[in-house]
Amino acid sequence: MGLYIHIPFCKQACHYCNFHFTTSDRYQEQMVGAIVKELYLQKDYLEGRSLESIYFGGGTPSVLSEKYLADIMEAIYQWFTVEKDAEITLEANPDDLTEEKLRFLKDTGINRLSIGVQSFRAEDLSLMNRAHTREEAILSLDRAFEVGFQDISLDLIYGIPTSTDAHWLENMEMALRFPIHHLSAYALTIEPKTALAHFIRQGKYPPVDEAMATRQFEMLMDFAQAKGWEHYEISNFALAGKIARHNTAYWQGKAYLGIGPSAHSFNIQSRQWNIANNQTYMKEIEKGCVPAEKEFLDVVTRYNEYVMTGLRTKWGCSLGHIRAYGAGFETFFRKEMRAKIQEGLVVENGTTYTLTQKGKHFADKVASDLMMV
Amino acid sequence: MENIRNFCIIAHIDHGKSTLADRMLETTSTIGARDMQDQALDNMDLERERGITIKSHAIQMTHQKDGQTYVFNLIDTPGHVDFSYEVSRSIGACEGALLLVDAAQGIQAQTISNLYLAIEQDLEIIPIINKVDMPSAQVEDVTDQIVDLLGCDPSDILLASGKTGLGVPEILDAVVDRIPEPEGDPNEPLQAMIFDSVFNPYRGVIAYVRIFNGTLKKGDRVRFVNTGKDYVAEEIGFLKMDLVPQSMISAGDVGYVITGVKESKEIKVGDTITLSENPCSEVVKGFEDVKPMVFAGIYPIENEHFEDLRDSLEKLQLNDASLTFEPETSMALGFGFRCGFLGMLHLEIIQERLSREFDQEVITTVPNVSYFAYTTNGDKIDVHTPNDLPEPTKLDKVEEPYIRAAIITKPEYIGKILNLCIEKRGVMKNQNYLSTSRVELLFEMPLGEIVFDFYDRLKSISRGYASFDYHMIDFRASDLVKMDILLNSEPVDALSALVHRSKADYLGRKICKRLKELLPRKQFAIAIQASIGAKIIARETISALRKDVTAKCYGGDISRKRKLLEKQKKGKKKMRQIGNVDVPQKTFLQVLKFDD
Repeated sequence: MGLYIHIPFCKQACHYCNFHFTTSDRYQEQMVGAIVKELYLQKDYLEGRSLESIYFGGGTPSVLSEKYLADIMEAIYQWFTVEKDAEITLEANPDDLTEEKLRFLKDTGINRLSIGVQSFRAEDLSLMNRAHTREEAILSLDRAFEVGFQDISLDLIYGIPTSTDAHWLENMEMALRFPIHHLSAYALTIEPKTALAHFIRQGKYPPVDEAMATRQFEMLMDFAQAKGWEHYEISNFALAGKIARHNTAYWQGKAYLGIGPSAHSFNIQSRQWNIANNQTYMKEIEKGCVPAEKEFLDVVTRYNEYVMTGLRTKWGCSLGHIRAYGAGFETFFRKEMRAKIQEGLVVENGTTYTLTQKGKHFADKVASDLMMV
Repeated sequence: MENIRNFCIIAHIDHGKSTLADRMLETTSTIGARDMQDQALDNMDLERERGITIKSHAIQMTHQKDGQTYVFNLIDTPGHVDFSYEVSRSIGACEGALLLVDAAQGIQAQTISNLYLAIEQDLEIIPIINKVDMPSAQVEDVTDQIVDLLGCDPSDILLASGKTGLGVPEILDAVVDRIPEPEGDPNEPLQAMIFDSVFNPYRGVIAYVRIFNGTLKKGDRVRFVNTGKDYVAEEIGFLKMDLVPQSMISAGDVGYVITGVKESKEIKVGDTITLSENPCSEVVKGFEDVKPMVFAGIYPIENEHFEDLRDSLEKLQLNDASLTFEPETSMALGFGFRCGFLGMLHLEIIQERLSREFDQEVITTVPNVSYFAYTTNGDKIDVHTPNDLPEPTKLDKVEEPYIRAAIITKPEYIGKILNLCIEKRGVMKNQNYLSTSRVELLFEMPLGEIVFDFYDRLKSISRGYASFDYHMIDFRASDLVKMDILLNSEPVDALSALVHRSKADYLGRKICKRLKELLPRKQFAIAIQASIGAKIIARETISALRKDVTAKCYGGDISRKRKLLEKQKKGKKKMRQIGNVDVPQKTFLQVLKFDD
């Protein structure tokens, strides 16, 4: 089972980000108190099953002071059984990763870092309003390996309006100079109501060039393949055996518990998500309630989710799995799939269906067409 | 007869006609407060929701005054421009009218044109200012408008609130005192007018009638003069909350007649009913065989639902005889129907009723009005679809319908409205100030221009402060061309339109641009072209869709993302594939709605 902890604090706001966070750090103590309490309130959500993975996301969990992180870890170990070889990841920004911080993280039990480098180019970092510099990015990676972290994942963003294909290639090559085993690469997405969307509307930056993003995704897939990396999820690449266990559980439909404001939980029958408002979240938790909305998943919804998440991974969708939802689903799925295979978007391999390299550019469209509504 | 009062209510949409009618029904104990579903006269869901009385109805109530019992027949009138003929017939069945004006909004275009209809037919008008309890009520200003319009004394105007019931007893008394009793002679040959009809699945068509002269007895053989058909009056009676059968009804009465007619087409509003044996010498004046003026193709989204669609249209036609339809075939859309409507609102209502009452999702093609085409060898052709237009070489001339349009607005919008109407080939005929803050503009313009993006623009340029009414005047010669739209070089007949030559280039560019916004991208580029004959007059290109993939999809995103993709799929199910292009259901109606 997986446990997700949402830390809704950031030093500064990245211009493209629409996740739930605040740049104010006034009430960190109170928030950590609430998270600790929610861990207790939700201790039975996973019905006593042990944790195979823990993931600190955000926000920026690396802004948390040592004491607060230790408090949360302590609560986790108090109320949950953590497997011995559990994957314990923390998302970190390069500028937070001092040697002292890294040592502390390691001592606290974090055994995997996901470092938000995004780009090694100053212009890109400035467009995105990242808090770190190219030098800090390099330094933080070097330090992390020195301190002894072995599982390090690096985040990159492509399709940035200020960069070219050549810049993107440099970024990818730069990333692989470090002995990393995992890489997440995302196309820059202009989410509505973000600063970046606003600046593009104002003409301060050029709009995102879809053709460029497509080319760079293609470059990425070719590059990864040439270097022997496995493209195991649309945005994720790993060297053999080093897939992110926590995130993979999401895509494989395994149960997980999310703690903190805006965090989502899933227990096969239902999904629920905490309110995305820090003050309300803390107030409710203090009263002993978990302020969450809940959605029960009927069989059609579960099928739709399986198709959507399955297709994004190298494991694809299997007929055996689909048959389990009912005979009608298999007939429908096969019928819709035929057209996708003909269009060269999907490949059929025995009883599993996976996206082709071309199909990976259209993962949403293929998934949508296969959904039952 | 001296104790009968027949009257209607003339009001603009939302000025509170239905609510006032409800209060009158309550006050006269025609309907118990407990049974009261708000707005009892509007019995279609859609009407209640839109607040528009689409089909007129009638109801009888009794009122006591000075020890006497009076019988009131309140005849409801439809409240929209497309139904002006039906309004004129309802008015023709009455001796008086309550002119209801909203205290905050003042007199509107439709109120005036309906009022003129009533004055023309010598109705006694009782002016009422409604909603006087609203904080925004401007009773004095509205009083001035009414005095100007009617030349009445300010003291003749009653103040009311349908919401609180204020003024309702006074209105009921005024109906007795001011509206004349019906004239007519029960011993003359029967002369009755049909002012409305409804379809009942068990009884057939029920005609609502006003008897002007003579007496109708149950079992009489009756003749419908304009259709020339004879029937037996199987049941006759009064219209209360339910039908109340009677053995006879006579001059001055409002009631119903059931003849076993199964098709509403056979019963025409405005027709005269008389006795087959002893017919009246004169028919009731004002009958018109109302013909649909706006035509559009209606197609099922899936071809296999063609028969279901026919079935649904037939059922709709049973209680809406003004709807016409005949099968047509489109290269782009397959089998469907060419439907005729009274106007654009009527079209929208039918489309919505198909969806709501019959669960039929349909595609409505670009609408057009009805034209006359004259060929070089002298034939006159009714043109209901762009494909009916003869080849240019065989075409002598085309005539298009013209309307007289009345717009009432605030003086500050005159300029913009004038520009809009001129752009729509309108000519201003008159300008009347109703008060310092309200002006009435009269235009003559082609009906075809109303179909293309008129209502929405009028509303937006006047910020909602313009009311509109029209009636048909004549057909005039016009220089029309057929404009085709091509998607990836394939003409899409369902998007063809008949347009005035002077506006073809402009419209072609606009339509191509609009289609670029409306059509979803595909994995290949889509060329959109507008052409007249072989000449391309406009072009746009939708670039190929290169990617459709979300970067991140983590725990928190799964529900949100799934819902988005499900929505995308639902949208796709409402699209129609034309060639290799997906065309959303609403495209054909939205393509003529331009934003600026």
